[in-house]
Amino acid sequence: MRSSGLSPLRSLRRIFAIFSKELAQLRRDRMTFGMVIMIPLIQLVLFGYAINTNVRDIPVAVVDQSQTGISRTLVQIVQATQVVTVTENLPTPEAAEEAIKAARVRAALIIPADVAGRLARSPSIGLGTPPSTSEETSRPVAQWIVDGSDTMIASAIKSLRAMPLTEILRKAPNRSTPTFEVSLFYNPEQRTAVNIVPGLVGMILTMTMIMFTSAAIVRERERGNMEMLINTPVKPMELMIGKIIPYIFIGLIQMMIILGLGNLLFNVPVGGRMLDLFTGTLLFIGASLSLGLVLSTMAQSQLQATQMTIFVLLPSILLSGFAFPYEGMPVIAQYIAEVLPATHFMRMIRGFVLRDAGLAELHRDVLWLAGFVVIGLTVAALRFKKRLD
Amino acid sequence: MGETVITARGLTKSFKGFKAVDGLDLTIERGMIYGFLGPNGSGKTTAMRMLTGLLTPSAGTAEVLGMSVPKDAEALKYHIGYMTQTFSLYGDLTVMENLKFMAEIYGLPRASQKGRISELLERYELTELAERFAGRMSGGQRQRLALAAAVLHEPKLLFLDEPTSAVDPESRRHFWEQLFDLCDAGTSIVVSTHFMDEAERCHRIAIMEAGQKRADGSPQQLMDAMGASVVELEGPTLREIRRRLPHVEGIVTAAQLGARLRVLVNKSIADPVAFLTSRSETEGATLIEQVRPNLEDVFVTSTGEGRQ
Repeated sequence: MRSSGLSPLRSLRRIFAIFSKELAQLRRDRMTFGMVIMIPLIQLVLFGYAINTNVRDIPVAVVDQSQTGISRTLVQIVQATQVVTVTENLPTPEAAEEAIKAARVRAALIIPADVAGRLARSPSIGLGTPPSTSEETSRPVAQWIVDGSDTMIASAIKSLRAMPLTEILRKAPNRSTPTFEVSLFYNPEQRTAVNIVPGLVGMILTMTMIMFTSAAIVRERERGNMEMLINTPVKPMELMIGKIIPYIFIGLIQMMIILGLGNLLFNVPVGGRMLDLFTGTLLFIGASLSLGLVLSTMAQSQLQATQMTIFVLLPSILLSGFAFPYEGMPVIAQYIAEVLPATHFMRMIRGFVLRDAGLAELHRDVLWLAGFVVIGLTVAALRFKKRLD
Repeated sequence: MGETVITARGLTKSFKGFKAVDGLDLTIERGMIYGFLGPNGSGKTTAMRMLTGLLTPSAGTAEVLGMSVPKDAEALKYHIGYMTQTFSLYGDLTVMENLKFMAEIYGLPRASQKGRISELLERYELTELAERFAGRMSGGQRQRLALAAAVLHEPKLLFLDEPTSAVDPESRRHFWEQLFDLCDAGTSIVVSTHFMDEAERCHRIAIMEAGQKRADGSPQQLMDAMGASVVELEGPTLREIRRRLPHVEGIVTAAQLGARLRVLVNKSIADPVAFLTSRSETEGATLIEQVRPNLEDVFVTSTGEGRQ
C-alpha cells in the first residue's frame, strides 16, 4: 500500500500544484488580472490628488453694510488667506442666509455699517488691551455666518477668528509670543498626500486581498470543482496555503506600485526601512488573505462573498485611522478597530515610510498581525470540511 | 468467488428525518462492474458518497478496500477514483494542465508521470486535444478527460456517478468498452445509472428505490428470478386493452411499446398466455405470445406499483 501522504514533500508538491493552477486561472482571467494593476494605479492617482484635508477656497458671500475703503480692505485680507473665495456680494444678512441654505456659498461675512468705529476700538489692532468687560471695545469687527454641518469647513473658517488686522493700518504685525512652540515632524509642509498614500496601500490591499480570497473557495464550489477536489487526498491546509500564495505576490506588487508612484507623483517619502516594510506588508497581506479564506468558507455564493468583503472593507476604511484619526474615536470603536488588520497596518506602514520606525518599535502591531494569520488560516482550514454533511 | 472490495451493512443516511439511503447491505466483489440502477432520488449518489467517505452514515458500517469509512477515508482516497455526475475538472485549464494538476495532487512520481499522462491521452484519444481548454470540449471529450483523471493514479476501485448522462449513444458505447478494458486490467468499478441498457452491461446490479435496495444480482439472474411472466399483445385496440388490464387480478402492469402491448403477469399464474386469452379484457387482440423478460421488466416488477 502506498503511503497515506503524510510526507512533507508530498504536501509541498500539492501546495505548488494548487499555486500553479491558481496562477494559470488568474492569468487567463484578463479582467481580474488587469484590475490587479489598475486598481492601485487609478486609485492612487485619483485619491492622491483628490483627498485634501487642508481646506482652501471655500466659496463665501460678503454682505458689506458699510461700503467703505476699510471694509473693502478687510475683504481683501480675508481673501488673501486663501481659505475663502468671495463668490457673491449680497445686500442683506437674510440674502446671505438664503445663499447658504441653497449651498451656493458655505459661509458669509457680514461687515456692519460701523466697521470703522469697531476697528478703531478693536484690540486686534494692538492699541493695548482694553478691559474685556467693556461693551464698546469687546465687540468684534465683523461676523461670519457659517454652514457648520461640515466640521472641517467650520474649523477652517474658525481659524480666521483671530486673523491679524494690522495690515489695514499699515503697521508691522504684532509679534506677540505664542503660548506653545510647535515643531511639525515627518510632514512639515502639512501635505495630505504624505498621510494618504501609505494609507492607500492598506486600503487597496484590504480590498483586493479579501475580495480575491473570499471568492477563492466558494468559486470552486460554484463551478463544481469542489466535489472533485474533496475526492482527492488534498488536505485543507494545503489547499488554503496553495490558494493564497499567488495573491501574496500580487499584494507585494500593488504595494510597490502605490509607494513607487506615490514617491514619483506626490513626493511621498518611502523611508529606508525596506526589509521592515516588506515584512510588515507580507504580514498584513497574510492577515487579509486568511480573513478572506475564512469568509470564503462561510459564503455560499460569490455574491455573498463580495457582500462580506464590503462588510469588512467599510470599517477598515472608516475606523482604521485611514480616513479619521484613530484617537478621536470612542473607546468601543477603538476596540473594534483594533480587531481589524487594517488598523495595525495603517500604523505600521506610516511608521515605516514616514517616521523611519522599524518592526521593533511597532512590535505590538507585528505580533497582532502574525497572530491573525495563524488563527485565520487555522480557522479556515478547520471550517473547510472534506465532507458534504 | 474472489475477495470483496466493498462490504456495507445497514448503511443509512438521513437528512433531517428523510432517509436518502435506508439500511443498505452490499457485497461487491473484486474485478466486477457493479451497477446501482434506480430513478433520480433513489439514493444512488448518496450511497456512493458514503462509500467514498464524503458523507458520514447516520447508521450502519461500510468497509471499502479493507478500510472502514468514513474513518479511513483520507487514506482510502489514494486507492479510489471518483468521476462526478457533472464535469468537475477545471474548464479554464487545458487537458494537459488538468491531468498534471491531478498527478501532482495524487503525488505521482515525477519520473513516471509524463509517461502515464501520455499513455492516458493516447488511450482516451485526447492526444490531439492536449492543449485544448477543458471548458471548450464536447460532452464526450470531457467525459473521456474525466475518466482519464479518475484513473490517473491507478485506483483499485473506481466510482462513476451517472457517467454517461451527458453524452451521445455512440460515446456511451465507446465509454463502456473502456470500462471493460479497465475492469479487465483488474479495476473494480461501481457505477450508478438510470439507463436500462447501461445497467444491463454490468456484471451485477442493485435496483434502488426510495433509498432501499429492491433487488440484487446479475441482470440474467434478476430476469430469471423475476416474479412475473412477460406477454406481448398485438391488435387494433391496444389502448382500450391497456386501460382495462390493470384492474385484472394477477396483472402487474401493462405498457405499450410501439405496436405491441407488454403485459407483466404474476408468476402465480401458470400459463399466462392462456390466462390472458381467456379474459374478456383482451378482446380485440390479434396476437398473444410470451416473450423473454428484459431488465426494464425486472425494474418495473421490483419497484413502485409493480412491487409484490
